Amino acid sequence: MAIRRQTRGVIKTLKIDGRDIGAHEDETILDLCRENGIPLPTLCQLEGLTAPGACRLCLVEVKGWNRLVPACVTYPEEGMEITTNSERLQKYRRQIVELLFSEGNHVCAVCVANGNCELQTLAQELGVDHIRYPNLHIPRVVDMTHDRFVNDQNRCILCTRCVRVCAEVEGAHTWDIQGRGINSHCISDLAKPWGESETCTSCGKCVNVCPTGALVEKGRPAGDVRKRQDFLHYLTKMREARR
Amino acid sequence: MITRDGLDQIAAEEQARQAEHKQCIRVCTAAGCLSQHSNQVKEALEAAVAEQGREHECHVKGVGCLGLCSHGPLVAVDPDDVLYEHVKPEDATEIVASIGKEPVERIKCPTDVPFFNRQVKIVLENCGIIDPESIEDYIAHDGYQALATALTTMSPAQVIDEVLRSGLRGRGGGGYPTGLKWTTVAKAVSDTKYVICNADEGDPGAFMDRSVLESDPHRVLEGMAIAAYAVGAQKGYVYVRAEYPIAIERLKSAIRAARRAGLLGRNILGTDFDFDVELRLGAGAYVCGEETALMASIEGRRGTPRPRPPYPADYGLWGEPTLINNVETFANIAPIINRGSEWFASIGTENCKGTKVFALAGQITNTGLIEVPMGITLREIVYEIGGGVPNGKEVKAVQTGGPSGGCIPAEYLDMPVDFESLKQLGSMMGSGGMIVMDSSASMVGVAKYFMEFSMSESCGKCIPCRVGTAQMYNLLTKINNGEATYRDLELLKELCDLVRNASLCGLGQSAPQPVLSTLRYFEHEYLDKLIDGPLAMAPAEIEGQEA
Repeated sequence: MAIRRQTRGVIKTLKIDGRDIGAHEDETILDLCRENGIPLPTLCQLEGLTAPGACRLCLVEVKGWNRLVPACVTYPEEGMEITTNSERLQKYRRQIVELLFSEGNHVCAVCVANGNCELQTLAQELGVDHIRYPNLHIPRVVDMTHDRFVNDQNRCILCTRCVRVCAEVEGAHTWDIQGRGINSHCISDLAKPWGESETCTSCGKCVNVCPTGALVEKGRPAGDVRKRQDFLHYLTKMREARR
Repeated sequence: MITRDGLDQIAAEEQARQAEHKQCIRVCTAAGCLSQHSNQVKEALEAAVAEQGREHECHVKGVGCLGLCSHGPLVAVDPDDVLYEHVKPEDATEIVASIGKEPVERIKCPTDVPFFNRQVKIVLENCGIIDPESIEDYIAHDGYQALATALTTMSPAQVIDEVLRSGLRGRGGGGYPTGLKWTTVAKAVSDTKYVICNADEGDPGAFMDRSVLESDPHRVLEGMAIAAYAVGAQKGYVYVRAEYPIAIERLKSAIRAARRAGLLGRNILGTDFDFDVELRLGAGAYVCGEETALMASIEGRRGTPRPRPPYPADYGLWGEPTLINNVETFANIAPIINRGSEWFASIGTENCKGTKVFALAGQITNTGLIEVPMGITLREIVYEIGGGVPNGKEVKAVQTGGPSGGCIPAEYLDMPVDFESLKQLGSMMGSGGMIVMDSSASMVGVAKYFMEFSMSESCGKCIPCRVGTAQMYNLLTKINNGEATYRDLELLKELCDLVRNASLCGLGQSAPQPVLSTLRYFEHEYLDKLIDGPLAMAPAEIEGQEA
């Protein structure tokens, strides 16, 4: 659930990576990093959708706090001193990406999303060139029952962007998560095949927000999977304007 | 509608009714003894009483936990002050015949032992004494007096002040000052506020909350009502796990009885205070004991935690300010109001006041439920109250805090039991599970067991916990099977660091704790199992020397 703060126009000043930054109190630390060109990796967060704070990639250090905090759901406080890029944080980020690779079938060479995958890009940026953890080989299904789209759960990283875009933007809530822990997986409706879903409008929003090759359009040649995410920004702006 | 005088009247009537019977046979009907058919014992005792024509003087009463679960079914006889253990239905005639005469030595359980006389009972003071299904019996034992006192003579601020000054800290594990938590909710600005009782006790080997709910459900409801008055809430929820059918049944009947008596609902005790309680059953997810996941579950959503802040006091159930306390915390409230914060603060240590209920389990003679003052040493608990390890074996370690806690080795048994000391030892108080392990326990096995628990109870929302616990479990299995190398141990340590610091909620953040604490005190057990560890390398070295 989105827990947005009320804007009261209060400005806070803080330091991110040594830079002085002025911020509205309803902007997240992640917003501020993006605004100021400070790179911070994310996977579950997507502008226009609520942030679950689940992928833990945007964890940052705050001086004097004993816990790391996810930048996507943390709001500025006066005098905060934030570090986004310490060695420790980088190590955790590489470990998280490694864990994701060990969880599913993320063999880029045989993936339709090769070259258009946020997980792949992230691994490259973070310098993850091999995976030290053995693959968990979790049995997951490939659902090709939909006319236009494919859901390959082996490539799913459970970022829940599809769940949120479908519930929050399209209003259909076709997707959700079933099972717990390592057995969590995406389901459509009440675990029906996607093609038999009564709620799916085939709008394709989930496919476009999916960061990997888990949700893709059928019939696309490998390497030609393009994810178009700017619609989200556009839709959100239009709805705000109409209100 | 009942008033304070009405409460006193019910108490007087019930006391008079109970005084009609000179003798009372109390039969434990909490889950431990019930599982050993104490209901049949109770029926047999009732039949025996009828057969011997003593209904007018002898009353058979089903009560809550009598404490010494490993010796169940337990039966207590008043006023002879005799406790019987391992009672079978066949023993009923003999027991009833012996009342007022010499007790039946064969099944007599000695009560002048440390297990009974070293305990200090506040939370459990009514357990095993009152009939949990009778609100009158509870009222006859000063029940709902604290609520009456709070509603009629104290302002909400005074109630909070009393709880603050008592020094009570949350008994769910974290040890956050209860009064402070109440203040934050009381100060939150909203017309709607909620009080939630967290009864989703799920640590392996822990059964404190279950016993309290099964033995004295009204005590918890009274604590919730006082809390609601203090923070300005109108509605309460008890979130109890569905695996506790007896606790649920008794809670349901307690809520019904309290509503009928006007102790829940509108205009409680003739004041303008309204408060009602509903039950919500957990569907078997350990993570729902985490407060944000618990609230999501009450709201009917998938029980997964969300990042905090905002804290429940700010943004809780349905976005409203919410107070969440554990069963045992609420059970401490009525005595604090009745007897005053000074009395409560006189028990325990400087920073940890009052008592703590522990569920003693594992390799220990007296398995059961105990309540001890804070600051007691582990040695006193294990050797005196618990009666030590059976078969003359030595204690190797004591596990506290469940899957979030750690193993404390025998050399630290003289440490006092309080929130800070246990944390310093790399474990935690937790909700009160205490598992004693003897020399035969494999520490790698223990760590693996708890990791399997954390892995299967992870909700799967954040990556470090979802995948990290699975990888750690695999590594622990590999080590335990003697198939691992130093490199695997390094990977394990590195994952502990990640999962502890990067996970979203308390479940993930504390999941590595059993591994870290066993590594801290028993690292050699890990090393001995490695292919390239010192034990495996030793023969080769010896051969080398010989050559």
